Amino acid sequence: MPDAVLAAAPSRPRLSLDQQVMSWGLWLALAFLLAFLALPLGTLLLRAFETPEGGFAGLANFRTYATTPALLVAAWNSVWTAALSAVIVVPLAFGYAYALTRACIPARPLFRAVMMLPLLAPSLLPALALIYLFGNQGMLRGLLMGGSIYGPAGIVAAQVFYCFPAAALILAVALSTADARLYEAAAALRASRARIFLTVTLPGARYGLVSAFVVVFTLVVTDFGIPKVIGGQFPVLATDVYKQVVGLQDFNMGAVVGIVLLVPAVAAFLLDRWASRQRSATMSGRAVPLRPAPRAARDRPLLALCLVVAAVLVGIVGVAAWGSLIRFWPYNLSLTLDNYGFSRFDAAGWQAVWLSVRMAGLAAVLGTAIIFVVAYVLERGPQKGQLPGLGRFAATVPLAVPGLVLGLAYVLFFNHPANPLGVLYGTLAILVLNSIVHFYTVGHLTAVTAIRQLDPEFESVGASMRVPVWVTFGRVTVPMCLPAILEIAIYLFVTAMTTVSAVIFLYGPDTKPASVAMLHMDEAGQASAAAAMGVVILGITTAAKLAQLVLGALLGRATQAWRR
Amino acid sequence: MRRLALLACALIGFAPVAEAQQRTRLTVYTALENEQLAPFKQAAEAALRDIEIAWVRDSTGIITARLIAERQNPRADAVWGLSVFSLLQMEALEMLEPYTPRGAEALRANMRSERSPMTWTGMDAFVSAICFNTVVAQQRNLPRPTTWNDLLNPAFRGQVVMPNPNSSGTGFLTMAGWIGARGEAGAWDYMTRLHDNIQVYTHSGSAPCNNAARGEFGVGISFDMRSVTLRNQGAPIEIIVPTDGVGFDLEATAILRGTRNLAAAQRLADFAVSRPAMELYGRFYALLALPGVEPTVRNYPADFAERLVSADFRTIATQRDRLLREWAGRFDGKSAPRN
Repeated sequence: MPDAVLAAAPSRPRLSLDQQVMSWGLWLALAFLLAFLALPLGTLLLRAFETPEGGFAGLANFRTYATTPALLVAAWNSVWTAALSAVIVVPLAFGYAYALTRACIPARPLFRAVMMLPLLAPSLLPALALIYLFGNQGMLRGLLMGGSIYGPAGIVAAQVFYCFPAAALILAVALSTADARLYEAAAALRASRARIFLTVTLPGARYGLVSAFVVVFTLVVTDFGIPKVIGGQFPVLATDVYKQVVGLQDFNMGAVVGIVLLVPAVAAFLLDRWASRQRSATMSGRAVPLRPAPRAARDRPLLALCLVVAAVLVGIVGVAAWGSLIRFWPYNLSLTLDNYGFSRFDAAGWQAVWLSVRMAGLAAVLGTAIIFVVAYVLERGPQKGQLPGLGRFAATVPLAVPGLVLGLAYVLFFNHPANPLGVLYGTLAILVLNSIVHFYTVGHLTAVTAIRQLDPEFESVGASMRVPVWVTFGRVTVPMCLPAILEIAIYLFVTAMTTVSAVIFLYGPDTKPASVAMLHMDEAGQASAAAAMGVVILGITTAAKLAQLVLGALLGRATQAWRR
Repeated sequence: MRRLALLACALIGFAPVAEAQQRTRLTVYTALENEQLAPFKQAAEAALRDIEIAWVRDSTGIITARLIAERQNPRADAVWGLSVFSLLQMEALEMLEPYTPRGAEALRANMRSERSPMTWTGMDAFVSAICFNTVVAQQRNLPRPTTWNDLLNPAFRGQVVMPNPNSSGTGFLTMAGWIGARGEAGAWDYMTRLHDNIQVYTHSGSAPCNNAARGEFGVGISFDMRSVTLRNQGAPIEIIVPTDGVGFDLEATAILRGTRNLAAAQRLADFAVSRPAMELYGRFYALLALPGVEPTVRNYPADFAERLVSADFRTIATQRDRLLREWAGRFDGKSAPRN
């Protein structure tokens, strides 16, 4: 490699050391995305064009799949449940986020914390709670008026719960940046409140709204856990992958459905890109942050909305927590702590919990470093050619890939005898890397948002003072972005603690995570023990989230004074 | 510093286990039930002192998918306790190491591989069965079914759950049993009529019994072993092995081609067909591969073995794809759940 560089050097203009570092960084970033995302996925998706024996099949598999009567039904079901979930979640989340950012309601940090609850536990936990609440023996089944939770109603209900934090987070960010001068101008022009809302607030949050819709839609389309547990036989694309891979061991058809599944996700991605291009700089350097003044007519209904939403979120988690303390739903409701003696239900016992903590901790530390550096290089590195754009696209792909597909892709790629990275297979490292890549997109977007808020002048000033770019990065960029970095770390920690779909193909004899143990207990008919495991995971992730709040407040005082 | 070392260990995946170094560590993939893992490991390690069993356990579908996905570079040394249908799939892919374990000729002829040397050996049979919730039955006036035909009674409308054969091995085994007992045309006719009483086809094989135990539904079609755990927790559930012919599946043992511990894996295979091992299986299952071993599991009807349909696993396995596609065409498209 050095030879090649030397040979090439004379023919090109000499790059400064900074530029060289950045371009090497860019290549490293692309190499990482290639090795841990593009190549594994490619290995699996190529299977769609192969016969089971490994020969070239052309489009035959797609033709077979297209003639399966269930395909159109499943595709249509996926689209409409996802759209319906998004249509329900986005306005709810908008109201909640609006209350948090544009109204004067009490206990805002508390509401912000409660909003995150659904992310903090494996999706099996709310599914169990929904069965306790709305199942055929459920406490509130009367509310369904004779309908059944096992089907689209259950899927949409569980997805609304599960996707709420993602939508609320995006909208809270979108609504938190507003230029007070626009509102003053509108008020001076005697515009009515409704008109101001429609002409100033909504256009300002337009990008956030599209983003939230796209993210919710994609999450619902790719999730198979909820439809598997609570959807009954209601077919969706994600359970079709499950059927092909786990039921029939047909990886070729599984890959076909995986590609079909990417279509709505890629469409959603393009929509998102389009929306982000529509967004011209809404916040110029001279903007004055909007500080909402108390107004009862607005604040009281919003507070009521927040209370209702928070009560539902806490209620669902609370029911699951109670479910972990009972002996056997619904016939023996006496309370017990026995369900927490995990070694009685699963050989790994509490070991699984510590393993998950270790795995999630490593994912948080390594993943944050990788994601932030890659995002920095893609944003501030050389922008010539297609490479940075390619990297940015790759970074958004994981959101659209179902965990099941990614997990299988990792088996096929890393277990291949010719792969030098094969030593990772079967170790904790592969679980860590898989979790990082699986949840890459959200962390990447957070990092990009934070880096874009910083003036590029910092690098120019650094360069003119002959400070190497990595020093500027370490002394200026990282400290200024600390809240975002913390956010990424905790997000990775929490998702690695709760994920099941990808790691279920990758864990080894000594590396069984708690979330997988929880699934096994539920499958073995030990619902209360499964709920207990879910509550333990929830406890750990909640502690991590609280630590973030405390640390964030401390760091904020030390490094974020410039924002005020 | 110690932390760093631990972190490094964790990263590379070497747990610092000292004693394991003298013993051969066998990675064994299995779909056995959770509560069976500890006694099975204990028994095997007591009999084979220099071998350590490291389990990877998951549901049949996941484990089979993993084994096949890892085909080019197998990570498992052996499989102990996996459906014979999965093993036949693997045999067709040339994934099994031929080896006739010592004493394997004594096994029932239909419970071992007919190849020589053998590619797999049976352990025990598990059957499809009905999980019947007696409390729900009382509430909704459901008669106690004793045959599959009883489930066609209109009283069960919307009360029956069964696993989707396309996603669950248990579902397929149930369907194979109906085909064995009624012939294919008769089985399709039966399933079409049963379809009217089905509330949900689940994706997991144990979900129907779990849901019946929770009173979500009155009747769950699942497999016999599942109900023991649920009853111990206080579920008002009765396990019924229908008298008009039930499908069965074998749990079986095999060695993976390409294992780095062939000698140790062969000794495990020897142990898996031995009398002490069979007595161990007999604590959980009623029909064992080795004739003359008395199972100690309770609550099974005396004529249990006669209720099993005669099954030619190999023929069924070759028809599997066609049968499942036909099933999906008939029942999967009708997706809207009945209320």
